[in-house]
Amino acid sequence: MEFIQFDHVSKSYDKQLVLDELDLYIKENTFVTLLGPSGCGKTTTLRLLGGFEKPDSGRIYLNGNDITALPANLRPINTVFQKYALFPHMTIEENIAFGLNIQKKSKEYINDKIKYALKLVNLDGFEKRSIDSLSGGQQQRIAIARAIVNEPKVLLLDEPLGALDLKLRQNMQYELMKIKQELGITFLYVTHDQEEALTMSDTIVVMNQGYIQQIGSPEDIYNEPENAFVADFIGESNIIEGIMIKDELVSFLGVQVPCVDKGFGTMKPVDVVIRPEDVELGYPGKGFMDGVITDCLFKGVHYELDVQCGEYEWLVHTTKYFEVGQKVSLNVIPFNIQIMNKPESEDEEVMKEDD
Amino acid sequence: MINRFRTSFLAAPYAVWVLICTILPLFYILGYALTNDAGGFTLSNLFAITDAVHLKSLWLSIEVAFVTTIICLIIAYPVALILHNLKISNKGFVVFLFILPMWMNFMLRILAWQIILSNNGILNSILSAIGLPTVHILYTKTAVTLGMVYDFLPYMILPIYNALSKINDQVVEAAADLGANWWTTFIKITVPLSKDGIISGIIMVFVPALSSFVVSNLLGGGKVLLIGNVIEQEFTLARNWNLGSGLSIILMIFVLLSMSIMNKVDESENGGMLV
Amino acid sequence: MTNVKKGASYLYLGLVFLFLYAPILVLIVLSFNDSMSRTVWGGFTLKWYMNLTSNDNIMGALGTTIRITLSSSILATILGTSAAIGIHYMKKRHAAIMLGATNIPLLNADIVTGISLMLLFTRFTPLGEFSVVLAHIAFSVPYVIFNVLPRLQSLSEACYEAAMDLGATPMYAFYKVVWPEIFPGVLSGFLMALTMSLDDFTITYFTKGAGVNTLSTMLYTQLRKGIQSELYALSTILFLLAFILLLVMNFKKDVRKEAKTK
Repeated sequence: MEFIQFDHVSKSYDKQLVLDELDLYIKENTFVTLLGPSGCGKTTTLRLLGGFEKPDSGRIYLNGNDITALPANLRPINTVFQKYALFPHMTIEENIAFGLNIQKKSKEYINDKIKYALKLVNLDGFEKRSIDSLSGGQQQRIAIARAIVNEPKVLLLDEPLGALDLKLRQNMQYELMKIKQELGITFLYVTHDQEEALTMSDTIVVMNQGYIQQIGSPEDIYNEPENAFVADFIGESNIIEGIMIKDELVSFLGVQVPCVDKGFGTMKPVDVVIRPEDVELGYPGKGFMDGVITDCLFKGVHYELDVQCGEYEWLVHTTKYFEVGQKVSLNVIPFNIQIMNKPESEDEEVMKEDD
Repeated sequence: MINRFRTSFLAAPYAVWVLICTILPLFYILGYALTNDAGGFTLSNLFAITDAVHLKSLWLSIEVAFVTTIICLIIAYPVALILHNLKISNKGFVVFLFILPMWMNFMLRILAWQIILSNNGILNSILSAIGLPTVHILYTKTAVTLGMVYDFLPYMILPIYNALSKINDQVVEAAADLGANWWTTFIKITVPLSKDGIISGIIMVFVPALSSFVVSNLLGGGKVLLIGNVIEQEFTLARNWNLGSGLSIILMIFVLLSMSIMNKVDESENGGMLV
Repeated sequence: MTNVKKGASYLYLGLVFLFLYAPILVLIVLSFNDSMSRTVWGGFTLKWYMNLTSNDNIMGALGTTIRITLSSSILATILGTSAAIGIHYMKKRHAAIMLGATNIPLLNADIVTGISLMLLFTRFTPLGEFSVVLAHIAFSVPYVIFNVLPRLQSLSEACYEAAMDLGATPMYAFYKVVWPEIFPGVLSGFLMALTMSLDDFTITYFTKGAGVNTLSTMLYTQLRKGIQSELYALSTILFLLAFILLLVMNFKKDVRKEAKTK
């Protein structure tokens, strides 16, 4: 049995199904991110583990124990809330000591813990300050400190960086990874920001409309999305309908292109995913198809191009500048062509239309 | 872009109004309090409070107001908490049901309590019907306190309910997350965070209870003489406006005193329980 | 466990509602009681309702009450709303002084407010309906101000400026942008002023002068002689009107909410 296990967990609010028979396994001491658009069930999953919601059916296990009916205050799990949820009537010190006081720890132990936690989040000496004197980023750090002093087995983080500005968010990402390393506990992180997920996680769980779409390492999720939803949600992609003619040969937009995928059968409808940075532009006639540049935007690191090829408009990232109206050819090496099964069930179809 | 200076003159009529109808009357009552029949300066109207009769009334008023406030708080806090936790769509409607009784004439509602509490009234009929001994509380301090609790209860429920609504749900969840059980969360988080509501509730009940004279007239039957009754009689029966004003000033001093005590509690750092 | 808790909660709420509504039930029952005694049930009758309109005393007091309540709450709303706008744009220190003064009638004991106003009025104007209206405005204006001010504070100045930027005159911008935002506050302030004025006894009692009677003060003078049963009938009608109004408002809100979700 895994460290954390969701076993056929369903949950609905006002007759609206949020999670449907969710099965999820999480290994100890990993950084797991639940990623998905709002309403995908990721926050509900987190709240179920935290003990703030009870599932309608199914069981939740921690370390082999059934904790489904255990109230939040008895779970060895702590949460960093989205809007921090610091106690406004207490000082920073009192906030951090809250959980330890309930555990009836000694004064010295508590003081040591406060010092340690504040150091860990880079806010040494803030003990006596009041909550309203802190910036958003500082409040976030206190919320983390308040949670970790209790030495939880699992730390839940509910979009903790959502309210911070870009620069601060990036800094906090590194700090969170550092804290994770220092503490050696399991982190379950909820976000809708794919960059955050790709940067920090050991494992990403992509969710949509109450279903898990794909579980894997950041590299897997990015390079080999299992369906169109994941491909589209993680970064931008060209997703084209195609037909798998046979192993290692796919046809789309009227051309046949070699690829590396096998085992889809022959003459099967599939979705073809090609990342914009994987498209190589050359002189007309040199690739598998020709097109015309219709738009060229400077994005800092790269140019973002739209290339019209008949009916289809490709999204292409290059480091070279192209003029609008210029004729080019497109080429993709077989390794960078990702083939995905067409969605079969109606639910999956819904997901695809939804995004 | 808004001309703040010019726009602020929209308050000018009100400023004049405040001077004439709020500030000036206070000087008038002070003027009467500090003079005698002949118009000479005197402090005797203020010191009249030390008369045994007046002192007894003042003490009785404070006692009744205090007990009323405590009972209101004890009844109202759970009501506000239950209302707050109620998971229905139109909570506003339920909350409004607490204000609705005010649309039945106040005098009649208190009168109805007279009918309920009287010796052969509704309460005693019910009590004897189920075999319990009857009670004779009409025209006692108990009846007056009950009437005041009845009259002022909504003023305690609403501010506490409003204060509870302002508490971020996540803060309460955070307490549970950190290991606090229901009771600890209530004492350490919910109550301190609703302190503002509790304090305004206490002020909104204590002050009118301290100065009421109608409830004591109806349910005390002239046997329960509060400071409000004494002042009323000075104006209506005795026609001694100077003495009545003097006692009013004393009453005002007590009102201000009780409010400054409450404000002290509000500022205190520990944020502990009030009761 | 949670069901027990839920049941206990509802039971508690029910008991508190019973406490609050028991006297009202008694009064409603009395309004149908065919007996002059308050404690004896003499059978069902509608005669108090039939006689109501022919009782000049009561109709007079009702008219006075309505005149005083409506005029004082409308005037208080106008005065209070413009005051709130003015105070909102004042310098902080001036605003604090104004708000301090506004708090006086709210926090002062009713009896002291009533007496002090009477002492003032007796000097300048004969006590009568007019002085009662002034007194009612005095204690209900603060409710209007404290209902409108929070609305103004949550109003984004950028909206007003955006309207001006798009070519609106200040009056037009106020009417189209500011007014819709503060209107709910104005309305609830008006309703509170109305309720306070209708329910007031103490301040009316001291400022009314001889011969003028609202329903409350008339009841007070009748206490010793005995209440005319028509008054129970009238109060029942007024209460039920308020109750129906509340139901309609609640129903309308529901319909609007539903329309929104669709």
